[in-house]
Amino acid sequence: MNRIVQFFHKTVSPEYFYWLSGKLIPWFIGIFVVVLAFGVWGAFTAPTDYQQGESYRIIFVHVPAAYMSMLIYVCMAVAGFIGLVWHIKLAEITAVASAPIGAAFTALALATGSLWGKPMWGTYWVWDARLTSELILLFLYIGVIALYNAIDDHRKAARAVAILALVGVVNIPIIHFSVEWWSTLHQPATLSKLDQPSMHPDMLRPLLIMIVACTIYFPGILFMRIRAMLLRQERRSRWVARLLGEEGT
Amino acid sequence: MSFSEFLYMGGYGFYVWSSWGLFFLVVFGNLIYTQSFYRRTLRETRNFLKRSRNKS
Repeated sequence: MNRIVQFFHKTVSPEYFYWLSGKLIPWFIGIFVVVLAFGVWGAFTAPTDYQQGESYRIIFVHVPAAYMSMLIYVCMAVAGFIGLVWHIKLAEITAVASAPIGAAFTALALATGSLWGKPMWGTYWVWDARLTSELILLFLYIGVIALYNAIDDHRKAARAVAILALVGVVNIPIIHFSVEWWSTLHQPATLSKLDQPSMHPDMLRPLLIMIVACTIYFPGILFMRIRAMLLRQERRSRWVARLLGEEGT
Repeated sequence: MSFSEFLYMGGYGFYVWSSWGLFFLVVFGNLIYTQSFYRRTLRETRNFLKRSRNKS
């Protein structure tokens, strides 16, 4: 038990994590690109949908984007909670660094959703439960980013951000169940029942591959952001001086 | 299927290709931006250390 605790403390120390993540990033990004290539190939070789024709190929970017928008939010809230309770600096930075990535995926989900809605529903936007709650998710991300930038003290800012992120978690089940709770134009979930999927396996496979690709992408891009933020916040610490001193300033 | 048919996407070309374009823009744009953000921070941190060393 003691060894696990020691290992944990070593891993979350800024210096060790900076080194470790530097080693891991190329792997995450490299594997992501390979998996993405399979996903793209599958997405355009899958059979045409009998109802929606070729327009359904938007699903291969729309569903992964929407899934990432919620996954990243949950990661942000969990990291914020850990930072809040145990005052772990790395957790605080993880929460803050997640926000812009999550915001990008949320905007992407909304944009691809309206590009899909126009040919299928005849409109880019409707104020229904699914679309509105996803828009609120985007505002939550923007709120987190703005709140962090409004407070000068990094640690205090991270605490405020964690509380906002935790309060906003209530929106996640609302987004997920919105298609069941309210009548909506949005089609029901494709993936919520993996044992009896509502999609042909030839279409489901590339969709799952795209989701896996995005899930591998997230730690890659997240660690890149965290490294930059660690350097800036820890620039007065000995390990940064040692690290940059060795590289020859 | 011919290439122009592929681009046409059964009449949904605009919607399909803008969606995929946005996806690639967000995913790879974010990578390029974050890498430059990291490089910039590295440079700024080096300058900060140089300045504080010169002061002392």
